[in-house]
Amino acid sequence: MLSASRRDPAMVPRVLIGLLAIAVLWPGIQLSELNPAVLLQAENREQMARFTGAFWPPAHERDFLELLLEATLQTLAVATAGMVLAWLLAVPAALLASRALSLSAASRGGRPGVWSRLVRLPVRGVLIFLRSVPEIVWALLFVRAVGLGPTAGVLAIAITYSGMLGKVYAEIFESVDQRPAHALLQAGSGRLAAFFYGILPNAASEAVSYTVYRWECAVRASVVMGFVGAGGLGQQIDLSMRMFAGAEVASMLLTFLVLVMLADGLSRLLRWRLA
Amino acid sequence: MTSAVPSEAVIALQGASLRHGAVRAVEGVTLRIAQGERVAIIGPSGAGKSSLLHLMATATRPSSGRLEVLGQQPWALSTGARQCLRAQVGLVHQAPPLPPRQRVVTAVLAGRLGQWGLGRSLLNLLYPCDVPGARQALAELGLADKLFVQCGQLSGGQLQRVGIARVLYQQPRIVLADEPVSAMDPVLADHSLALLNRHAQATGVALVASLHAVDLALAHFPRVIGIREGRVLFDCPAQAVTDELLQALYANEQLVAGRGVDATSPHVQLPRC
Repeated sequence: MLSASRRDPAMVPRVLIGLLAIAVLWPGIQLSELNPAVLLQAENREQMARFTGAFWPPAHERDFLELLLEATLQTLAVATAGMVLAWLLAVPAALLASRALSLSAASRGGRPGVWSRLVRLPVRGVLIFLRSVPEIVWALLFVRAVGLGPTAGVLAIAITYSGMLGKVYAEIFESVDQRPAHALLQAGSGRLAAFFYGILPNAASEAVSYTVYRWECAVRASVVMGFVGAGGLGQQIDLSMRMFAGAEVASMLLTFLVLVMLADGLSRLLRWRLA
Repeated sequence: MTSAVPSEAVIALQGASLRHGAVRAVEGVTLRIAQGERVAIIGPSGAGKSSLLHLMATATRPSSGRLEVLGQQPWALSTGARQCLRAQVGLVHQAPPLPPRQRVVTAVLAGRLGQWGLGRSLLNLLYPCDVPGARQALAELGLADKLFVQCGQLSGGQLQRVGIARVLYQQPRIVLADEPVSAMDPVLADHSLALLNRHAQATGVALVASLHAVDLALAHFPRVIGIREGRVLFDCPAQAVTDELLQALYANEQLVAGRGVDATSPHVQLPRC
């Protein structure tokens, strides 16, 4: 045992928190029916080996590549269009929901008044509603409404992602140094001017990085929605998987890797420019 | 010299108090500041000098008492009318809150956001609409060469001068300054205070500055207000400030006797926070 002088008073709580975390997570593992041993059963191993064995070499016939290019462009278009719509909805919502532009907060040391908090609640509620329904559910809904095709994917991404972007933008605006904006508001400037001069210079880098990351997520989401008929790479992967065409799946996964790498590079470039 | 009879009060406080929870920052202060008057506020650290200036700037609302700025009660006005009133009051912050990535030119021009519409404010972000104006304000403070530098690259004293330039560019009817020279060397501090005073005299605006350096306050300002524990201890012409008054103002029972600072010496360097 450690002698009293060398004992860290934080040790007991740490051990207790560790034990508590295991106790809470264990039922979760049971509930999710996670059993890695299934992967090692001979039959399942053989199935997977056959499927992934067909991955090499990736499909590269001319016809297929043309198809792949079109599907990729469609996926990118769906993700980008959806993000633009989401952004257009998210920015005003974030400005309304954020405490950063509260005039009462500026003259009360950062604590907004009761009214100002009450008015922001419904906007937060709308943002929660927008993002609480997964995009795949919206996609299924819109596929019924506007028919099979990319439009359903664009609308689904616009709705879900506007909720996510709005919430995170509002929080980014609140998390940066509020004093520049407060000083401007206290010198008589309007709220939007105070935002552009006081908040945006500090928040731009983080907001851009989050937006590019969300665009990357939108590319992935548009692929998933392709499985339910919203077009693009997802629909092609779905078809190829059904036909057990491993080589085609491999090509499409490689395309995917390239897209994510592009998004990552873009994010780095923008952050470097803005940092 | 007796200061002229206050013709028109641009700031009038009557029994104004400000409490942060249980802390009483300003306690029943009554004072009037006339058009064109130049006033220094001195007092020990934590006496409530900044809180008093923020009250006058309509930046914080008094917990009780009455405040009139330019003949209007700011906290009885609608939000829009209060913003218009605020545009006529300029506050120089002790550590000017400027985004590190903002360029100096933008930070200075932001002084007139209260007067510009949103369209002009946004255009100004794309292309600075009054570079000569910003350059002139900075040149008076010896910073014209920093016009297109980012604020994050400036030192504390340079930032303070950018803050002063912003308020000069704002052209308010009342200039308030919260320890405006605390991060500057003695020569610069003297120059900047002289500039503020010259500017106030030339344009006839009221100037109220809180200062830690007693010698600067006495040298530059005709009227001196001593604040201790949130109350006005004395309010008199600079000539009437005696050693006894200063001793009473800065007396500190918490410091060990014999190691305290002698506040009466004219060249005393009080700790600046």
